[in-house]
Amino acid sequence: MTLIQAVFALLAILTLGAGLLTVLSRHLFHAVLYLILSLLGVAGLFVLLEAEFLAGVQVLIYIGAISILIIFAVMLTRGMARNPGPPLNNQSLAAAVIAGLFFVLLAPVIAGFPWPQTTQGVPADTIEALGRSLVDPNQFALPFELASVMILAALIGAIFIAREKR
Amino acid sequence: MAQIYDFIYNLLPYLGAWLRGLLQGWGFPEWAIVFTMGLIKAFLLANFGLIGFAILTYVERKIVARFQDRLGPNVAGPYGILQPVADGIKLLTKEDTMPAGADRWVYNLAPLIIATCALAPLVVIPFGPGAIGADLNIGVLYALAVGAGALVGVLMAGWGSNNKYALLGAFRAVAQLISYEIPSVLSVVVVVMVAGTMSTVGIVLAQDVPYLFVLPLAALVFLMSGVAEVGRTPFDLLEAESEIVAGFHIEYSGMKFALVFLGEFVHALVVSALFAVLFLGGWRGPWLPPYLWTLIKMSIGIFLFFWLRATLPRIRIDQMLNLNWKFLTPLMILNLIGVALVDKGLRAAGVTSGLWAAGMFVFNMAMLIGALAIPGYLGHRARMAAMAPASEEELEALEAAAAH
Repeated sequence: MTLIQAVFALLAILTLGAGLLTVLSRHLFHAVLYLILSLLGVAGLFVLLEAEFLAGVQVLIYIGAISILIIFAVMLTRGMARNPGPPLNNQSLAAAVIAGLFFVLLAPVIAGFPWPQTTQGVPADTIEALGRSLVDPNQFALPFELASVMILAALIGAIFIAREKR
Repeated sequence: MAQIYDFIYNLLPYLGAWLRGLLQGWGFPEWAIVFTMGLIKAFLLANFGLIGFAILTYVERKIVARFQDRLGPNVAGPYGILQPVADGIKLLTKEDTMPAGADRWVYNLAPLIIATCALAPLVVIPFGPGAIGADLNIGVLYALAVGAGALVGVLMAGWGSNNKYALLGAFRAVAQLISYEIPSVLSVVVVVMVAGTMSTVGIVLAQDVPYLFVLPLAALVFLMSGVAEVGRTPFDLLEAESEIVAGFHIEYSGMKFALVFLGEFVHALVVSALFAVLFLGGWRGPWLPPYLWTLIKMSIGIFLFFWLRATLPRIRIDQMLNLNWKFLTPLMILNLIGVALVDKGLRAAGVTSGLWAAGMFVFNMAMLIGALAIPGYLGHRARMAAMAPASEEELEALEAAAAH
């Protein structure tokens, strides 16, 4: 096992373990903290893949913004933060069966997919290539703009719901 | 003489080269050299943050005292310079308390996370050519992202303390920090766009003219949102003593309180260091060695923070949010678009560096003045409208009060 593989194994354990604890912890606030740990593990995987930009954005947006908003939502929901109820309810068995079936369905697809592979190293300036591909009409300009429009729509919707009635 | 000057000027690169040679002489393999050098750099940077924290507590108290026509600390040592040592010993010997019903792990981890996230961005601050913790490809983004991690620590502290004031303080802190991150990031994006790189070293090298004179608007907004992110006056409503006692760190004592406090001061240090790197040209300057220039430029930002604290009152939370969402954020989005257009236009017209900087400066100043004029006019009109219907009796009462 090389050093890279060892680091990958550690990060994978961190990500998956924290993800599992997110689902199983009794307290919602702790669940969010484990979620943050899990997201940090994903950022670590990005660093391992030499995608530093994605790692930075992952930390800035997922940990710095989205999890904080989740914590806000948890804390501002009445009674949510105070009473740690059981994390499982009586549908847990059915949920486990369905999740297992979904995994059985998904695993062969992932294993059988011809993932593109290359023996070349990561190019030196990935950020510039990323930036160009986001505005290149032949590459990702359309998905990028679609995502922007969707976020804008969500933004307007949120403002419309939150604004005071006149 | 010239040799001594050269030695002092290039002190940091010489030290690095000497250390590397020493390790090679001891027969270290390459990876061990890189590892050891990294450890030493990390040690030095962390201690730079800690010593900077100690010095800043003293300097802040002295400067604010001068502004308020007091002496400030003057008992421990000459001019009171041993005050930080005394404070440190006092904090070390204090009882380490934990409130009843506190969330043990969360409560104890929070100061560590705050202090770590504050110290970590020092890695990408260049102190001279080649004198940097690590010249990351994504330097500025790294600094911003790691700094955002402190938010989690603040929320953990507020929540784990099992105290209403702490929780309210944490809410305020996070609402403020998360809001002001947006204009801050946008002003950094303007710099990154003009410099064409996110590496802090690359940004410094791109500044033949310091960006303060090329992008004054972005510099101003970065400084303002920096003050807000550090949570200093006039944006210190997250620890407003008169309302929520001390905010999220109310329940901390002893060394844990010191760690939280360290986080705040080092964050201020990091913001002024980033300001120096992004807008003041980093280590570049005549005659003096690069590391001295870095320290001088860092202290400019720090002094501004202290100056503001001594001068301004605290603003209200609605003013704080309005300033951010209705003024700074739209302004920076417009500025980003405008700078992109002007920059491309000037470069397409083949304008050279000096003229290019002048053109950018004129555009940014015009935008700044316009941006200040509009809310100024609106505020003036609102005040006039509020003052207009003063009746005869009110005027008489005012005159009587004035005569009295």
